[in-house]
Amino acid sequence: MTYEIILDWLQASLRWSAPLIICAMGEIFAERSGIINMGIEGIMLCGALCGVAVSYYAQSQAVALFACVILGLVLGLMVAFLTVSRRTNQVVTGLMINLLAIGATNVIFSVLTVMRHKRATTFGALFPESMHRIPLVGPVLFAQPFTTWIAIFIAFIASFVLYKTRWGLNVRAVGDNPQATATAGLSVIKLKYQTLILSSIAASVAGGILTLASSGYFAAGGMTGGRGFIVLAAVVVGGWDPMRTMFACMLFGATDAAQLRLQTTESIIPTQFLQMLPYLITVIALTIMVKRSRVPKTWGAAYDGRRS
Amino acid sequence: MNENSILLKMQDISKSFPGVLANDHVTIECEKGHVLGLLGENGAGKTTLMNILYGLYQPDQGKIFVDGKQVVINSPSEAINHGIGMVHQHFKLVDTLSVIENVILGIPTNKAVLDFGPAKKKLEKLCKEYELFVDPEEIVWRLPVGKQQWVEILKALYRDCKVLVLDEPTAVLTPSESDQLCRAIRKITEQGRSVVFISHKLREVIEITDKVTVIRDGKVIGTVNTKEATQSILAEMMVGRPVTIERKARPTVKEHSAVLVMKNVNAFDDRGVQALKDFNLTVHAGEIVGVAGVDGNGQRELSECITGLRKPSSGSITIQDKQVTNVIADPSFVGFIPEDRQKTGLVLDFTVAENLLIKDYKEKPYVKNGFLQYSEMKKHAEHMIKKYNIKSPSGDIKVKTLSGGNQQKVVIARELDAQPVLDVASHPTRGLDLGAVSNVHDILLNERNRGAAVLFISAELQEVMALSDRIVVLYSGQIMGELNGETADQFTIGQMMLGQTTEAKK
Ligand SMILES: Nc1ncnc2c1ncn2[C@@H]1O[C@H](COP(=O)(O)OP(=O)(O)OP(=O)(O)O)[C@@H](O)[C@H]1O
Ligand SMILES: [Mg+2]
Repeated sequence: MTYEIILDWLQASLRWSAPLIICAMGEIFAERSGIINMGIEGIMLCGALCGVAVSYYAQSQAVALFACVILGLVLGLMVAFLTVSRRTNQVVTGLMINLLAIGATNVIFSVLTVMRHKRATTFGALFPESMHRIPLVGPVLFAQPFTTWIAIFIAFIASFVLYKTRWGLNVRAVGDNPQATATAGLSVIKLKYQTLILSSIAASVAGGILTLASSGYFAAGGMTGGRGFIVLAAVVVGGWDPMRTMFACMLFGATDAAQLRLQTTESIIPTQFLQMLPYLITVIALTIMVKRSRVPKTWGAAYDGRRS
Repeated sequence: MNENSILLKMQDISKSFPGVLANDHVTIECEKGHVLGLLGENGAGKTTLMNILYGLYQPDQGKIFVDGKQVVINSPSEAINHGIGMVHQHFKLVDTLSVIENVILGIPTNKAVLDFGPAKKKLEKLCKEYELFVDPEEIVWRLPVGKQQWVEILKALYRDCKVLVLDEPTAVLTPSESDQLCRAIRKITEQGRSVVFISHKLREVIEITDKVTVIRDGKVIGTVNTKEATQSILAEMMVGRPVTIERKARPTVKEHSAVLVMKNVNAFDDRGVQALKDFNLTVHAGEIVGVAGVDGNGQRELSECITGLRKPSSGSITIQDKQVTNVIADPSFVGFIPEDRQKTGLVLDFTVAENLLIKDYKEKPYVKNGFLQYSEMKKHAEHMIKKYNIKSPSGDIKVKTLSGGNQQKVVIARELDAQPVLDVASHPTRGLDLGAVSNVHDILLNERNRGAAVLFISAELQEVMALSDRIVVLYSGQIMGELNGETADQFTIGQMMLGQTTEAKK
């Protein structure tokens, strides 16, 4: 009995962390380039609705994911225009996007009446049915929807891109010293647009996966439940490093999964406390880790091309 | 003159900023294989002119010709494509990246994946060719400033520039590094490239340039062949009156109690290497103690330990018998002119007025009932701008728009105006023009005469000798010897700077 609960919890931990990881990988690039994309919570929410809705109407998950990519692109362009070209405050812009997303998804969801009680088909597993029965690793690893594997794969790709490619080098340079990057002949503005669009696409896709890899339902209002903010914390805790951030996301995914499971067992701990658990862990992790990480030097600051 | 041999020509360039005309119909030319010197006081417009060449600013009017063809340069990448390389007055390196990463940053190729192999080979070849050696793997912030300067130059050479602009490259170099740079410049010009060389050190300008153009208040005063010029001619052209750096007569100060006492101080630098070894030093009221020595021998750690920015691993430091344990925030106690004005001395995005009051903002009349009094701050700023001769249209502009030398004056004004008991001046004249250098010397001398203890750290021997009552020579974290400022001679100090004590012991 308890053994099964633990297996189930481990399985869910990984499943829950997949969208976090995908979203975080995009955010790392944005923040490395000096911009905090605070709007990822809202973008994720939009992606979640977009995912279920398109998959319901088009009856295709591939089309749904593609729609999420387009949505992320559009929203990313918007964030980039505001924070990079207009140099608006990044925190305020992010909050605005988040509030806008809550309103917009609520309205759209209430219009899509037919779909409200239908469940979109969820993602299948990558490995064949037979492998799911292998003790321990079977249920925990092989029964995972394929998006979990993709998330982990993306983390490795992100690490490679950041440290081993030219573009990754440019991104690392621009967040630390935009003036130096500009005098080396690169366009600071262009780089920041690119990372913001990338992070927005990642957030939107993560939202799609959030619904399509687990319940298949969209719940108006609280669907993402602050996961975007958790990602912001995970990136800091992970020190802007893809691998470390992936583990931070897994930690948060695990507490989230544990919290859900503990709620259903008859424990004496009040559910409200349990729901708080992921955030509590976030705060603790932040206080422990923040001192040790090296913040990108122009993190959160607007770049103006003039002299410095 | 044969027109074809002109590699770079900037014709009739004008550029204005709000409140200042930085360049006023400036024309300069540089022949192939020649070095053109640009001279001018702080704020004369040298950097602005070069930034226009590098595409960082657009001129209001004027034309640029490279190799006889007119070019329009809208961005640094276009400048690079036209074969223009620039080493900026303030470092433009990403100091969290390695040397090789900085060198290849922004170079267009069609390879997406980084491959350092060939880049490293090319860089090492350049290092050898110009005798500017750096380890390609080292992270930039770990390098001493001199080496960072090599990285900047190698970065430009790596891009195969035809014209290399060096904006005050020697301000941060030691004399021997400057010589090394001169040798490299000769090799660069031998290959038919041209160099534009900006410096406030006339000796270097005379040694290395072929022609000198002097700019004052944004206008060209004249261009002379270096062969026909002397230091005093150039100085007069630049400032408009004759100036020299000489030892000035000084009264003896009665008050002579010990102010700064350092006993057996040991300290480590950022890399964890021991930077000060059993260091002992006493500075008295009413004296200037000059610390000579090649940069990187513990100067930075010395000044940081005294001001509480760095914790010594052992030993004691007292100022007027008070133990230094924390950062010293009391403006009337220690005035500190740090070696890096942009990183430690100023908040670049604050205005001049705010920077001038960073230490005093809590005092009346600048604050009332918890609110800053902007009109008072403004008055203060205007007063200081006049008193310290800072070239700034007003106190309300951001300090980062001032010229390098005038940024330095803001730091000096703030730190010394409160009349501290101890002045720690680390390379206070770095980047200042000749007139300003002599002003700073006067200021420090007045500080001494008023009874302050002054610790003057500099790599410029001439300055140390002109200003100090006592000279200590720092080598490898230790004092190699102490000399009287009146009688010290350059040769002895030079020997000690290289770590040889025998001469001094006699
Ligand atoms: N971006 C800017 N905005 C406003 N004013 C500026 C800007 N850049 C330069 N200036 C002004 O233009 C003038 C010329 O500055 P510049 O930096 O070219 O002087 P410089 O000759 O290089 O002096 P230094 O020897 O001190 O470096 C100064 O008065 C400076 O305040
Ligand atoms: Mg300058």
